[in-house]
Amino acid sequence: MPPVRNPKEFGSGLLFALFGIAAIAVGASYPVGTAARMGPGYFPRALGLILLAIGAVLIFRGLRTQGARLSIPTLKPLAIVLGSVVLFGVAVVPLGLVLAAILLVVTSSVASHEHNWKESIVAAVLLAAFVVLAFSYGLGLQLPTWPAFVGR
Amino acid sequence: MELLDHLALGFSVAFTFQNLLHAFFGVLLGTLIGVLPGIGPVPTIAMLLPVTYALPPISALIMLAGIYYGAQYGGSTTAILVNLPGESSSVVTCIDGYQMARRGKAGKALSVAALGSFFAGSVATLVIAAFAPPLSEFALKFGPAEYFSLMVLGLIAAVVLASGSLLKAIAMIVLGLLLGIVGTDVNSGMLRYTFGIAELSDGIGFVAVAMGLFGFAEIIVNLEHRGHREVFTDNVTGLWLKWQEFKEALPAILRGTAIGSALGILPGGGAMLSAFASYTVEKKIAKDPSRFGKGAIEGVAGPESANNAGSQASFIPLLTLGIPPNAVMALMVGAMTIHSIQPGPQVMTSNPQLFWGLIASMWIGNVMLVVLNLPMIGIWVKLLKVPYRLLYPAILLFCCIGVYSLNNNVFDVLVTAVFGVLGWVFVKLECEPAPLLLGFILGPMMEENLRRALLLSRGDPMVFFTRPLSLGMLIAAALLLVIIVLPAVRKTRDEAFQEESA
Repeated sequence: MPPVRNPKEFGSGLLFALFGIAAIAVGASYPVGTAARMGPGYFPRALGLILLAIGAVLIFRGLRTQGARLSIPTLKPLAIVLGSVVLFGVAVVPLGLVLAAILLVVTSSVASHEHNWKESIVAAVLLAAFVVLAFSYGLGLQLPTWPAFVGR
Repeated sequence: MELLDHLALGFSVAFTFQNLLHAFFGVLLGTLIGVLPGIGPVPTIAMLLPVTYALPPISALIMLAGIYYGAQYGGSTTAILVNLPGESSSVVTCIDGYQMARRGKAGKALSVAALGSFFAGSVATLVIAAFAPPLSEFALKFGPAEYFSLMVLGLIAAVVLASGSLLKAIAMIVLGLLLGIVGTDVNSGMLRYTFGIAELSDGIGFVAVAMGLFGFAEIIVNLEHRGHREVFTDNVTGLWLKWQEFKEALPAILRGTAIGSALGILPGGGAMLSAFASYTVEKKIAKDPSRFGKGAIEGVAGPESANNAGSQASFIPLLTLGIPPNAVMALMVGAMTIHSIQPGPQVMTSNPQLFWGLIASMWIGNVMLVVLNLPMIGIWVKLLKVPYRLLYPAILLFCCIGVYSLNNNVFDVLVTAVFGVLGWVFVKLECEPAPLLLGFILGPMMEENLRRALLLSRGDPMVFFTRPLSLGMLIAAALLLVIIVLPAVRKTRDEAFQEESA
C-alpha cells in the first residue's frame, strides 16, 4: 500500500466511500423500479454510487498529492463535551431538568483549560435555576423539573 | 401603486404589539449571538424552533428572521473590538475594523458599520418587495422538471461559491441528500435506512443535524485551542463621524449595498460571500490600496453594508421559489413546515399577510438594531468580557433543552451528539458542513420532483433538456462548474478565500 501523503483528502475519501457503500448495501433490498416508475431504492442507490465514485477519487488524490497533516491536539474536549450531552439526555427524564442541567454544566466545564470547580458549580446552579424559570415556567415546555423519586 | 399597498399591508401586520415584540426579541437575540464568538445563527435558530410552536406563524418567522440579520450587526462589534469574527460574515471586517480600533477609532468603526448596515437593510427590504412578486409569478409556471433542475443549479451554485474543495463539497451535498432520505418513503410507505429504530421513521430531525454539525462541533474545536482574547473596551467613545470620514464611507456603503442585494439573491449566496466580494471591490477601486489592512474606513463600511443586504436578500429565493440558498434559510424552511406552510411561490398569494408582514418587519427590525447597537454598545462590550469557559456550558445546555423539547424525546439529544462527532470529523478533514445541510433539506423534495418529472415523461431523462427553462438552468449549472475548474479562475478563487481566512 502506497503511503498516504494527503491525509485530509484520503480520510474524507474513505468516509464518503464508506457512506456510499453503506447506502448501497443497506438499500440493496429496496425495490429500484424503472425510471418511469421509480421505486424507493432508485434515488438512494444513485446517490450511493455517486458518493462512492467521489470517495474513490478523493482516496486516489490522497495517495498522489501532498497535503497538510491532520491536527488533532487532544481528544479531551470531544469526549467530555459530547459525553456530557449524552449524560444530559440519559438523565433528564429520570432525574429532572434541575439535576440534569447541573450535571451537564459541571461535567462539560471540565473540558476547558481554564477549568475551576468552584466557579463551574456556581454557574451550574444559577443556569439550572434560569432554565427552569425560563423554559418550564416561562415557555411552558414539557420537562420534568425534579427527580421522579421526589414526586413531581 | 401595488407595491405601496403591499407594504402598507405588511406594516399593518408588523406593527401589532405582538409582532413588534417578537421582532425586538429576534434582533436582540441576533445581536447577542452575533457578538458572542462561538455561536452563530444556525444553532440559535435551531434551538428556538421548538419555542415557536406556540406562536402564530408570522410572529415565529419575524423572530427567526430577526436573529439572522441581527447577527450581522452584532458580528461586526466583535470583529472590530476583538479581531475575532463574531459571525462568519464579519471575517473581512476584522481586517480594517480592528486596525481602526487600535488607532483609537473604535467608536467610528462601530458607527459606520451600524449605519451602513441600516442603509443596506432598508434598501434590501425594498429589493425583496420589488423582486418577489414577479419572481414568484414566474415560479408558478414551474413543473417538476424545472424544480429538479433549479435545485441542481442551487446546489451547484452553493458549492462553487463556498470555500474549500469542490469535490468534497459535492460529496457533502450528496451525503446530505442521502441523510434526508432516511425515514418513510412518501410514495411506497417503505421505511428506508431506519435500522428498525421507531424514532427514525419520521426522518432524522434537521435541528439535531444542524445543532450537531454547527453548534457542538464548533465548541469542541474552540476548546482544543488555548487561545486568549484581547478586547478593546476602554476607548469606545466618539461615535460621531467627521464629514470627511462620512464622505469616504458613503460610496462604499452604496456599492456594498448593491453587491449584497445582487449576490444575496443567488443560490449559494448570502452574507459571507457578499461581504467578501465587497471588500475585494473596495480594495480594487481605491486610489491608495495600501491603506487597506491599516484601518481604511471603506474596508468596514463596504463589507458591513454588503453582509446585511446579502443576508436579507437571501430570503428572496426562499420566499419565491421555496429553495433555501444557505443553511439559515434551510432552517427557515423547517420553521415554515412546522407551521404547515409549504415554502414556495404560492405563499405570497395564499398567505399575503405572512409574506408582506415578514418583509415589513425586516425594516422595523433594522431600526431597532441601530438603536441596540449604537447607544447601547456598552452593554455588548461588557458581554464580550464573559470568559468562554462560562459561556460554552451555557450554550450546550440551551442546545440540549432545545433539541429535547422539539419532540420531547431523548433520542434527538443522542442523535445530536452523533452529529457532533461527525461535525468534528468534518472540521478535521476540512469538509464544509453547510452544503450537507442544504442537501439534507432538499433531499426529499429533489427525489419527489425527479420521480414526478420522469413519471410524466415515461422515463425519458431528456425531459430535463427539452424544456427550455429546465435546460437553461442545467446549462447555467454546468457553466458554473466549468468556470470554477478553469485554472485561472481557480487560482483567484483560492487566493480570495485564503485572504478571507487570513
